[in-house]
Amino acid sequence: MVTGRRPAGRFAALAGAAALALVVSGCGGAKVGGSSDSTGGGKGKCGTFNLAVNPWVGYEANAAVIAYVAEKDLGCKVTKKDLKEEVAWQGFGTGEVDAVVENWGHDDLKKKYIDQQKTAVSAGETGNTGVIGWYVPPWMAKKYPDITDSKNLNKYADLFKTSESSGKGQLLDGDPSFVTNDGALVKNLKLDYKVVYAGSEAALIQAFRQAEAKKTPVIGYFYEPQWLFSELKLTKVDLPKYTDGCDSVPDKVACDYPGYLLDKVVSKKFSTSGSPAFDLVKKFEWTNEDQNLVAKYIAQDKMSPEAAAKKWVDANRTKVKSWLP
Amino acid sequence: MAVLTERATARPAPVRNTRRIAVAAIVAGWLVLWLILRGHQTLELGTSDLTSLHRWFNDFNDAIGADRNSNPLFLYFFNEIRLVIDNLVTFFQGLISQPSFGRPVPAIGWLGVVAIAGYASWALGNLRVAALAVGGFVFFGLQGLWQESMDTLALTLSAVFVSLLIGIPIGVWAGLSSRVNRLVTPVLDFMQTMPTFVYLAPLTLFFLIGPASATIATLIYATPPAVRITAHAIRSVPHTTVEAAESLGSTRRQTLTKVLLPMAKRTIVLGVNQTIMAALSMVTIAALIDAPGLGKTVVKALETLDVGVAFNAGLAIVVMAIVLDRVTTAASVRAEVAGRASRNSVRRRRAGLVGAGVVTAVCVWLSYTYVWASQFPEGAGLGDDIARTADSVTRWAQSNLSGATNGLRDAMTTALLNPFEDVLTGSPWWLVGAVLVALGAVLGGWRAGATAAVCVALIVASGLWRDSMTTLASSLVATVIVMALGVVVGVWMGRSAMADRLIRPVLDAGQTMPAFVYLVPFLALFGATRFTAIVAAIVYAAPVTMKIIADGIRGVPETAVEAATAAGSSTWQTITKVQLPMARKSLTLATNQGLIYVLSMVVVGGLVGAGALGYDVVAGFSQGQLYGKGLAAGLAIVLLGVMFDRITQAAAQRAAGAPSGR
Repeated sequence: MVTGRRPAGRFAALAGAAALALVVSGCGGAKVGGSSDSTGGGKGKCGTFNLAVNPWVGYEANAAVIAYVAEKDLGCKVTKKDLKEEVAWQGFGTGEVDAVVENWGHDDLKKKYIDQQKTAVSAGETGNTGVIGWYVPPWMAKKYPDITDSKNLNKYADLFKTSESSGKGQLLDGDPSFVTNDGALVKNLKLDYKVVYAGSEAALIQAFRQAEAKKTPVIGYFYEPQWLFSELKLTKVDLPKYTDGCDSVPDKVACDYPGYLLDKVVSKKFSTSGSPAFDLVKKFEWTNEDQNLVAKYIAQDKMSPEAAAKKWVDANRTKVKSWLP
Repeated sequence: MAVLTERATARPAPVRNTRRIAVAAIVAGWLVLWLILRGHQTLELGTSDLTSLHRWFNDFNDAIGADRNSNPLFLYFFNEIRLVIDNLVTFFQGLISQPSFGRPVPAIGWLGVVAIAGYASWALGNLRVAALAVGGFVFFGLQGLWQESMDTLALTLSAVFVSLLIGIPIGVWAGLSSRVNRLVTPVLDFMQTMPTFVYLAPLTLFFLIGPASATIATLIYATPPAVRITAHAIRSVPHTTVEAAESLGSTRRQTLTKVLLPMAKRTIVLGVNQTIMAALSMVTIAALIDAPGLGKTVVKALETLDVGVAFNAGLAIVVMAIVLDRVTTAASVRAEVAGRASRNSVRRRRAGLVGAGVVTAVCVWLSYTYVWASQFPEGAGLGDDIARTADSVTRWAQSNLSGATNGLRDAMTTALLNPFEDVLTGSPWWLVGAVLVALGAVLGGWRAGATAAVCVALIVASGLWRDSMTTLASSLVATVIVMALGVVVGVWMGRSAMADRLIRPVLDAGQTMPAFVYLVPFLALFGATRFTAIVAAIVYAAPVTMKIIADGIRGVPETAVEAATAAGSSTWQTITKVQLPMARKSLTLATNQGLIYVLSMVVVGGLVGAGALGYDVVAGFSQGQLYGKGLAAGLAIVLLGVMFDRITQAAAQRAAGAPSGR
């Protein structure tokens, strides 16, 4: 900083700073909050694009890439809003959220906002498939190969005893954002387990990480795609196969979770606004590998979402082209 | 939530003894009945089961949402409030954190903000806190978190400003009229103990996503201390002074502005201090509805379990809290001594302030005009070092300590937590209810007993009786540990000024570091268990009890301690026979605050394996169909809080009447 320098040096610094200030004010004089300042060679008027960002890394990856393309190729002004799912969907109605770009099922929200309030519409699938189920750390799958069949779980129940499970095996359930049938599953499959509610994704991830590091047993509810898999390849336990409608009565569920085709949802207003950002959201589609890669950039390589998106977009230009008008 | 003031009438010692016997009898009777009746009528409810009350809450919430765009209440009332607050926050942000007025940078750059912070701290407090403020603010820049810190500061200042605007007048009113006070107190209890997660989502329905909702969420939690402490300050002005003013013919308005307010000024400033602290503790939660600032950094970092980055941002919040705390505390001291300074020193100070004002103005101008003074120079990189260090400490602890921590967890769980929980959740509901009412009546009198009865009835009605008892068991265990720690450390701090100086900043950090930051390493050390939740609660609640007990020990008259020492008492005897008994009132207040603080961590506990009410609230925030259940769980937490607050307060008033030497 300037304080320690001699007067001449300070003068030079001041002059330099003044010059810099002039330069900055010269090229950065865009009016704040003004509409549609086209930074790229945008075609058509885009304006502001309000993108909800739900709090998990996979979603962040989708949002980062969409935001990057919308800004660079369409000249939109993207406002990312960090929100929980429930709040984000509410935002469709109040006009503060234009798009949710990774949705896991949430039939209740669809019913409420798409069917009843009619403030939201579906914008197709993202191409990612979500898997929900019970997982064990890799060392367990290797040591006890038959543990991946739920029929054998009772044999191992003793391994999973903890201070929380009152003498039974502990099945660690996690993030309350996801629907779980685990209570009914344990009962209906006659498993000698108790469901313990960890309450957050962080709690689940730490449980699996510690279990692998210390070679201690743990079995819990988890899901893919998830960035943890690039660090720790959890093994899924096979529950009785999912068939259509086998989960229709919550108390009677005795089958695996269905595969989720993750999708996108936008506000009704956005869908009829003619904004090129809507076309982008609608056409956006990629694979689990794509998402995992960007999620890895963010979660493990500690890149900012923007930098991660840029890296992926630069390497996958053809895919991006197919999303553009 | 307690501000203890009134003194109850003195009670002779025999009454206390019979009371002790009565409590023992109640507990013994409970245990016997528990052995006979365990497992019956425990009112269990499955994790995804709902009662009709929960469904009704759901429907009500949906109805509001569906009605939003046509309801005149929304169009003309909530929207107006939102506009005003949005503009206020945006104004502060434009001043210090966000590009504004058509410029790519905020109006006042870092140099200007640092200068203003230093100048204001000196003018309101003293030179020492001014140096602290300057150091603290520069530290934000060095951490690489200048803009985030300024966003947080802007939001906090707006919330505190509105809180005081509402809180101080209501506080004065409640101080003047005990009827208003009685009316306001339950509302304040509600505002302080209702978990934020319950009203966060509905708030965005009323005030939309944005600064207004974040500010209002913050001020719901931050206003009560301002009201309570202001009312307390007004009520503490000696009666004789007020009477003298009235007998001299002052009107009510004159008495208020010329006597009451000036005399209450010092305490009211302390209320401002508590309001600021409360507002800062909401930073991370508000980030869940898109509040800008440090909270976002914490929440984002935790998506990838990046403890280092989260810690760095958490540290900035702690530093901000310590700076604001010390400055407002110094300001309250100044408010008291201002009149007593000699005229010469006043003149010197005034001249100094004028000079510093000119320097500050120049700094502000520089920071408005030049880039170097506007944007904090990058590349200091202190933030990366802090993050790396925090990361490696966490990693080391996780891989080396987890054996010992697991042992501790299992021991505590089997020896303390499980028995408590078995008795509370295994007894029939009416038995626990009867015990609570009886204990309330014996310890706090019939009024406390009646309150307990109402609370028990409402908890049963919430449909979450069993979850409430599970939460209560964990909370009681946490409170017991908190009190044990509080007495040990509090006595140490009270007896040694050196210890106090060293420990206090750590306590401040424990109170203001966002829980989300230390939950991740705790999860690694203790797993997703009820005990992890207890540890988190201890970190947050122990500092308060330590501070209160230290204060109480220091308040014991020196003559009493000297007399004991002269009579040949050992240090142990002095502590147990003189200092602790004479600080009884502080001990009760510490228990009260300890339990209330523990209860305010119930939801955080729900995130790390505590289950029960905390999990219900978290799940209600995350899943639409569980919203009603979450709301009911929030109400149950409030009820537990109110019940214990009333019982311990009434007990404290009785204790104050017992011989305490003051």
